[in-house]
Amino acid sequence: MSVAAGIETRSPRHSAGRRAASFAIPLLLVVLLVTAIAALTVGAAGIPLSRLPAALGLAGENTAMTARDQLVLWSIRIPRIAAAAMIGGLLAAAGAIMQGLFRNPLADPALVGVSSGGALAAASAIVFTDSRFGEALRVLQTELLPLAAFAGSLATTTILYGISSRSGRTSIAIFLLAGVAITAIANAGIGLLVFIADDRQLRDITFWMLGSMSGATWTKAAVLAPVLIAGLAGCAFIARGLDLLVLGEADAFHGGVDVERLKRISIVMVSAMTGVAVSISGVIGFVGIVVPHLLRLVIGPAHRLLLPASVLSGAILMVGADTLARTIVAPAEMPIGILTAAVGAPVFLFILLRQRGLAAL
Amino acid sequence: MTAVLEARHLGKRAGRATLLDGVGLTVAAGEMIAIIGPNGAGKSTLLRLLSGDLRPSAGEVRLKQRDIGSFAPRELAARRAMLSQHINVTFPFTVEEIVLMGAGERSLREAGPLVDAALDEVGLSHFRERQLPTLSGGEQQRAHFARVLVQLACGEAKHGPGLLLLDEPTSSLDLRHQIDLVEAARRRAAAGTAVIAILHDLNLAIRFADRLVVLAGGRLAADGPRAEVVTRERIRDIFEIDADVHQVDGVPYVLPQSMRAAGQAELPPR
Repeated sequence: MSVAAGIETRSPRHSAGRRAASFAIPLLLVVLLVTAIAALTVGAAGIPLSRLPAALGLAGENTAMTARDQLVLWSIRIPRIAAAAMIGGLLAAAGAIMQGLFRNPLADPALVGVSSGGALAAASAIVFTDSRFGEALRVLQTELLPLAAFAGSLATTTILYGISSRSGRTSIAIFLLAGVAITAIANAGIGLLVFIADDRQLRDITFWMLGSMSGATWTKAAVLAPVLIAGLAGCAFIARGLDLLVLGEADAFHGGVDVERLKRISIVMVSAMTGVAVSISGVIGFVGIVVPHLLRLVIGPAHRLLLPASVLSGAILMVGADTLARTIVAPAEMPIGILTAAVGAPVFLFILLRQRGLAAL
Repeated sequence: MTAVLEARHLGKRAGRATLLDGVGLTVAAGEMIAIIGPNGAGKSTLLRLLSGDLRPSAGEVRLKQRDIGSFAPRELAARRAMLSQHINVTFPFTVEEIVLMGAGERSLREAGPLVDAALDEVGLSHFRERQLPTLSGGEQQRAHFARVLVQLACGEAKHGPGLLLLDEPTSSLDLRHQIDLVEAARRRAAAGTAVIAILHDLNLAIRFADRLVVLAGGRLAADGPRAEVVTRERIRDIFEIDADVHQVDGVPYVLPQSMRAAGQAELPPR
C-alpha cells in the first residue's frame, strides 16, 4: 500500500512561532557571518581576533606576523570556509527540494543513494583519467569530476523517481528501499574501483567515502559558486510549485502547476547541487535532512522561505562542523562525514519515531 | 445560455478495461449538475477527464469553446477549479497557507479578503493558524474546499464565470457541513459558475442539482431534470435496490425499502 507519508508535527501547535519567519533570513546571515569569523580565527595556526583585520588587509600595521596570517587565511582558510559554506548550502537545499518533490521529510540525497551515485561516477572519473585510455582527459580532471558526479547523481535520482512513483503517487516505502538498493549498487561499484585502483587512486577514492573539506581550493570554490547561484535562482522559481505539490500531483496540476516540468527541474537541481558538492567534499550525509526539518518547525514549510533559509543554515552548520573537524583532533583532521552522521542519524531516528504512529510503512 | 463545458463521445481505456465509453455532456453557465451512479461507474474518471487532468482515449472536452488540452496548466487553473477526494498533506502547513495556495502568485496581503471570506464560508476562521495535519478529516476537507473557492474567485475575477468540479465533496462531512458545502456551491452557480459534483447521497443530489447525470458501467444512463431521472425503475436498474420515491414539497425523495423497517427487509429480487 502506498503510504500516508509522515506528518511532522502532531500536537495542535499554533503558528505564532511563524513570526520568526519574518526575520529568519537576516538573522541567519548574521549567524553565518559570526560563525565564519570564528572559523577564520581557529585552526592549526591560531589567528586571534585582534590580528584578524590586519590579516584580512582591512586595517592595522603590517608586522612579521601579518604576512604569515595572510598566507594562512587567503590560501588555506578562506577558500576552505567558502567551500564548506557553499557545500553545506547546496546539500541542505538539495535535501529540502527532494523532500518537497517526494512529499516526505525523510528524503535526503545522501540517504537514498544520490550522493553515492555521484561518488561512484567521480571515482570512475579518477580511475579513468589516470588510466592509459583517459590520458588525454587528465588535465581536465578538476572540471571533469563535478560533471561526472552530476551525471551520476542525475541518473540515480531519475531511476529513484521512476521506481517509486506510479501514476502520480510516490510510495515512500519503495522509495527508501530503492534508495538502499541503489546505495548498495553504487558502493559495490566503488568497492570494485578500490580493488583495481593503485595506491594514489586509492587515497583519492577513500576520500570520497568519508567526506572532507581538506581538498578545498579557490579553484574548487569557483566551481561551487555558479552552481549555488543558479540553485538559488532555481529555488525562487520552483518554490510555489513545491508548495502546491504537497497536495499531490493531480491537485497541484488543478492548482495551475505544470507538474511534469516542476519534477524535471527539481530532479536536475537536486542532482546538480548534490553531485557538484559531492565531487568537492565527498559524501556528507544528513545535512539535507536535519536542516530543513528543524527549519520547518520554526519558520514553517513554505518553500519560498524554507529553501533560502536552508542554504544559509546548511552553510552555518557545515562551516561549524568543518571548524570542529579540523580542531578536535588537531593537528590531524576528523573526516566531516563522521561528525554529520553522528549528529544527523539520531535526528533522523527522532523524526522516524515521531511519525511511527501515523505512517505504517 | 452558452455552454461553459462540452464533452463529446468521451471514452477512456486503461489497458484492456474500458472505463468510459461514448459519454456526452454539456454544462451551461449557472447550471449545477450532480453525477450519480454506483461504485466503479466511471464517475471519478469522467470528472478527471473534464478537469483536463486525464486525456481521453476518444472524443473531446471543450472548455469555453476551446479544447481543454490546449490550455497551459496555469490558464486552466484560472478557468476551472477542482476539489478532489482524499488529499494528504504531509508538511505542517497552516490552514491559512493552504487556502492561500488557491490564490496563485498573490500574497496574503493581496488575497487576504478572499481568504477571509472563504474561511468564513466553510466555518474555519478560528482554525486559520492551526496546522492542517492536526485537523480532522472533515475539517481538512473544508479547508481544501476554501482553497478551491479562492482559486475559483481569482479566476472568475479575470475570465468571467468558470467551472467548479467537486469529487464527492461531502464524503467526510457531517450533515450540517454537507448542506453548507452544497449551498456554497449553489451560490456559485447562482452567480454564473458551472458546477459539476459527484454525490453519493441521492437526496442531497436531488435537492441541490438542476440536472442529474447518471453513469453506469462507464456509459451515460440518464441525463435530465430530477423528476424525469429519479424513478423507481431507474433506481432498481442502476443501484440494484428497491426504493420508494416519495414527493416532499414537490421534490422527489428516495427511501430504500430495506431502510423502511430495519431488520424486516428482504433482499430485492434480481
